[in-house]
Amino acid sequence: MTVHSFQEHFDSLIDREVTIEPKDWMPDDYRKTLIRQISQHAHSEIVGMLPEGNWITRAPSLRRKAVLLAKVQDEAGHGLYLYSAAETLGVTRDTLYDQLHTGKAKYSSIFNYPTLTWADMGAIGWLVDGAAIMNQVPLCRTSYGPYARAMVRVCKEESFHQRQGFEIMLTLSKGTDIQRKLAQDAFNRWWWPSLMMFGPPDAESPHTEQSVRWRIKRLTNDELRQKFVDVTVEQAKVLGLTVPDKDLKWNEERGHFDFGAINWEEFWNVVKGNGPCNKQRLETRKKAWEDGKWVRDAAMAHAEKRKARKAAAKAA
Amino acid sequence: MSNKKSLLDYTLRLADGGLILGHRLGEWCGHGPVLEQDIALTNTALDHLGRARSLYQYAAEQFNQLPADQKTNVFTSVSIQNIISSGASIDEDDLAYLRDGWDFRNELLLEQPNIDWAYTVARSFFYDTFNYFFFTALEKSKDASIAAIAEKSLKEVTYHLRWSSEWVVRLGDGTDESHARMQKAVNELWMYTGEMFIMNETDTSMVGEGIGVDLAAIKPLWMARVRAVLEEAAIDIPADAWMQQGGREGRHSEHLGYILAELQFMQRAYPGMEW
Repeated sequence: MTVHSFQEHFDSLIDREVTIEPKDWMPDDYRKTLIRQISQHAHSEIVGMLPEGNWITRAPSLRRKAVLLAKVQDEAGHGLYLYSAAETLGVTRDTLYDQLHTGKAKYSSIFNYPTLTWADMGAIGWLVDGAAIMNQVPLCRTSYGPYARAMVRVCKEESFHQRQGFEIMLTLSKGTDIQRKLAQDAFNRWWWPSLMMFGPPDAESPHTEQSVRWRIKRLTNDELRQKFVDVTVEQAKVLGLTVPDKDLKWNEERGHFDFGAINWEEFWNVVKGNGPCNKQRLETRKKAWEDGKWVRDAAMAHAEKRKARKAAAKAA
Repeated sequence: MSNKKSLLDYTLRLADGGLILGHRLGEWCGHGPVLEQDIALTNTALDHLGRARSLYQYAAEQFNQLPADQKTNVFTSVSIQNIISSGASIDEDDLAYLRDGWDFRNELLLEQPNIDWAYTVARSFFYDTFNYFFFTALEKSKDASIAAIAEKSLKEVTYHLRWSSEWVVRLGDGTDESHARMQKAVNELWMYTGEMFIMNETDTSMVGEGIGVDLAAIKPLWMARVRAVLEEAAIDIPADAWMQQGGREGRHSEHLGYILAELQFMQRAYPGMEW
């Protein structure tokens, strides 16, 4: 087949919504885009362990401590599936780590915000995982097979995370005045960054059109953001919390909530590295990786020694 | 000491060991040397924490059944005294989050800081080896609750011991650096291993009742296993040395205070709330 017919075959698979598998021919751009998107997602899971990990030692009950540990562990698991999916595209985990550590690769900016109180564990589960699910559910049907299959597992666990986050918020909202204050304070701080998680407005999002065709993305940033606002505003009512947006109101004609302007200047600054925790998060990841080097080296050296001894025993 | 108080003390010691080591291992979550091991260590932390919860629930049940006049003499913490005087019962969280340091009964080994992967592995290896033989014996406890917890724990502990033994060998027989670090960790934590085998009044009473384990019988088993693994790892076994003790009597190292400062922060800062 010529490159031209390879491309035709690929296009026809995409059009018939057949999944692309690692051994199938794919255009370079498709491969590059997927590596970028999957690795960004994997990095987000790993960096995302840190803000919640910050409260493991201070969780307020034994049950909450166990659930939080298990939740952060799930995120490590998601990172693992996603790095593995990226590896099927011909890139190593170490290369991807290197891109994260040198700042070449991005991760979700939301994790550059600090977790200041226990209520943040609720707000992150409810809002951040809630927004992540909206972004990710369509990816369970994405065109690249290994990515789609990883996302099915990720989404199942994320919806559990979202429920437990909402449950933390619900417990706070039914609690004392100070607990309701903790919940509202966390909501105020996480609401706008959560809306930013869907990315820049469609008019300014350069990759959208191509990505939608490849089913790497199935709904646009603005469509997903609107869906999130509509769902979350109703949930906030259940919790008795006030959405920190004076422009928020129901639009009968559109059948959606209108909401205020997002501070995109803040968004781009956090993306560029000027968020409250960018440096801290990256330094923490780098430190874990560098401190772990001697451990990884030892494991490798030991495995080599065992192999050599086995071979020697066989020869003798 | 009455038998009831001995059983409570014994239950709490086992619970505190699980909580404090689980807490320490949980500190690694998100900071491990490789993703797979981050996940594995968190699993182990969750096992220790899960065991601690079962034991705290059992301890709370025992405590709540004590006659009113005896309850006030068990724990000194103001918060627990307040619960008692209000007539309410206590639960697993009260025991974990409201007791003062001197009422914690865990061994000093378990509260030692993570420092690095070698210290973390050595600390777990010494305790996992102990737990393996201890829970094997404790399965036969005449106390049905204790025996049931021991049975469930033994399955988990068997895996913990395999994991930590493999890492001792990997680090000991890895690179020069890993060997040196493993040897240092073993040397420096060795002085905390003796405490696990001391028979105090509680142990004697529990062995007498057929509830607890004769630690003198565990010691040679522990020593033989530790020796075998360290030999395979080419790690020298430290010479007989002065052993630290006090954890089981509530005399802890400075580290416990900081663990509790974090662990208990929420319950102490916002007393009496549901989370």
